[in-house]
Amino acid sequence: MDRTEGQDVTSHLVTIDNVDMRYGGPGGTLAVSGLTLHVEKGEFTAVVGPSGCGKSTLMKLVTGLYIPQVGAITVAGKEVTEPVSIVGMAFQNPTLLPWRTTLDNILLPLEIVQKHRRRLRANKAEYVEKAEHLLETVGLKGFGDKFPWQLSGGMQQRANLCRALIHEPDLLMLDEPFGALDAFTREELWCVIRDLHHETDVTIQLVTHDLREAVFLADRIFVMSARPGRIIDTHAVPFERPRDLEIMYTPEFTDLVHDLRGQIAQARTEQLEAAQ
Amino acid sequence: MSAPAGSKPAEPPADTVAAPPAPRQFPWIKAAPWLYTIALFAIWEASVHLFALPQYVLPAPSVILGAIIQYWPTIWTNSVQTLYTTLVGFAMAVAGGLALGLLVGWSRFIYAGLYPLMIGFNAIPKVAVVPILVIWFGIGDVPAILTAFLIAFFPIVVNVATGLATIEPEMEDVLRALGAKKMDVMLKVGIPRSMPYFFGSLKIAITLAFVGSVISETIAANSGLGHMMLAAQSQFNVPLVFAGLIMLAIEGIAMYALMAWIEKRTTGWAHRSGMAQGD
Repeated sequence: MDRTEGQDVTSHLVTIDNVDMRYGGPGGTLAVSGLTLHVEKGEFTAVVGPSGCGKSTLMKLVTGLYIPQVGAITVAGKEVTEPVSIVGMAFQNPTLLPWRTTLDNILLPLEIVQKHRRRLRANKAEYVEKAEHLLETVGLKGFGDKFPWQLSGGMQQRANLCRALIHEPDLLMLDEPFGALDAFTREELWCVIRDLHHETDVTIQLVTHDLREAVFLADRIFVMSARPGRIIDTHAVPFERPRDLEIMYTPEFTDLVHDLRGQIAQARTEQLEAAQ
Repeated sequence: MSAPAGSKPAEPPADTVAAPPAPRQFPWIKAAPWLYTIALFAIWEASVHLFALPQYVLPAPSVILGAIIQYWPTIWTNSVQTLYTTLVGFAMAVAGGLALGLLVGWSRFIYAGLYPLMIGFNAIPKVAVVPILVIWFGIGDVPAILTAFLIAFFPIVVNVATGLATIEPEMEDVLRALGAKKMDVMLKVGIPRSMPYFFGSLKIAITLAFVGSVISETIAANSGLGHMMLAAQSQFNVPLVFAGLIMLAIEGIAMYALMAWIEKRTTGWAHRSGMAQGD
């Protein structure tokens, strides 16, 4: 199943090697244990699992917000010991700043990332143009001077994606970005993400509890166990790209979703039994 | 705060909606503050006459107005004096409160250490501090200014620190993953975000500053409305005491309105985005 087997390690953008992460000191909760996975450059991977399985911990480990107690994480050939600025993040909560216009919100990362902040003032026009282009890509052309509270939830999430992408990250980490949206808006945004991935060489890792979302978007899907989380299975998604929303109604698609569902349900049952 | 603007009563039937709009109505809501104020004074005036209350118990508004006119030079001087001490104390409270609020919101260590101290300090009735201030600085402007400062400063600190402490963790993660230092998070998110809380607290703080300065003037001062009222009371000049009260109310309302206006001008986004409602 794992198509990275036997490949040269250097082609991996992200390598997580036998990682343990425990919160709150030695007696604290073990969030993930023995976590191992690889993500190739340009790949779209998804992480699914029962709730509380440490999916979000995984995100924070890869971005360098947490440093694991055991094991090592390598991103772009360097071991992660501090936040890695080559990553863009987007969460379910769009967290746009209400006192900034949408455009200024999108430009915010450039005021932070060392590489850009020195150039920002002198090259403002160039960056604004880039932001306008991103807005157009996600279907928000002309909304740059609106304030976030003038946008709908779906539009805010589109702007959030632009903000995550403005500094041209090598890796985009999405933590249930569409969880709070209605079904139709969600499908629209799946297509936006699909097209973004197609047009750029960005590597995307999506953490989600929506199995159809994972199967529709990802090349590979990691299934995590209940806490302490580890990878219990990896599925390669066989569908050709570019994918159409219609593939969700094919038997192959439904079978894969069904398989995933079974595995997660089993992981939940094992967790409940272990608790008793 | 949360005016039920959106919660209109049940929709009228469709046919009444289609009816031509009624002729322009009297703006009752806008006029309400004036109507209520006029009603209060009218009832007051009527009650005093009806129950034949003597002037040294409760003077009628007309008598108070007479006193304001009669003693206007004195009232004016003392009003300006009170406004001056209040505003100086308030300005100090704004500067000090903002600075300490940012410091407290900056680090959990400072927060944990200072918070109990501030609570304890705030619990002390400020009347009890005035005699100490008088020992240190003598009778005059300084104790009034400092009392206004001490009493007005706490809500500003608490509000600014709250604004900083309630940054969404996701926002902090997004920025920290990009390599943001604590300073970046504060400048880009924390401080702008705490501004609605800060400006909101100014309305409370200015009202409290009046309380502080008048307390101090009543205990130890040679001028100011508090002092004037105390002097008038000792001469049984009750209309002048009430004239002082009215002047305090006017100054308080004017300053409150000014602060509300500043709040609206500077952080209007917070009201429109719903953050000011504790979102």
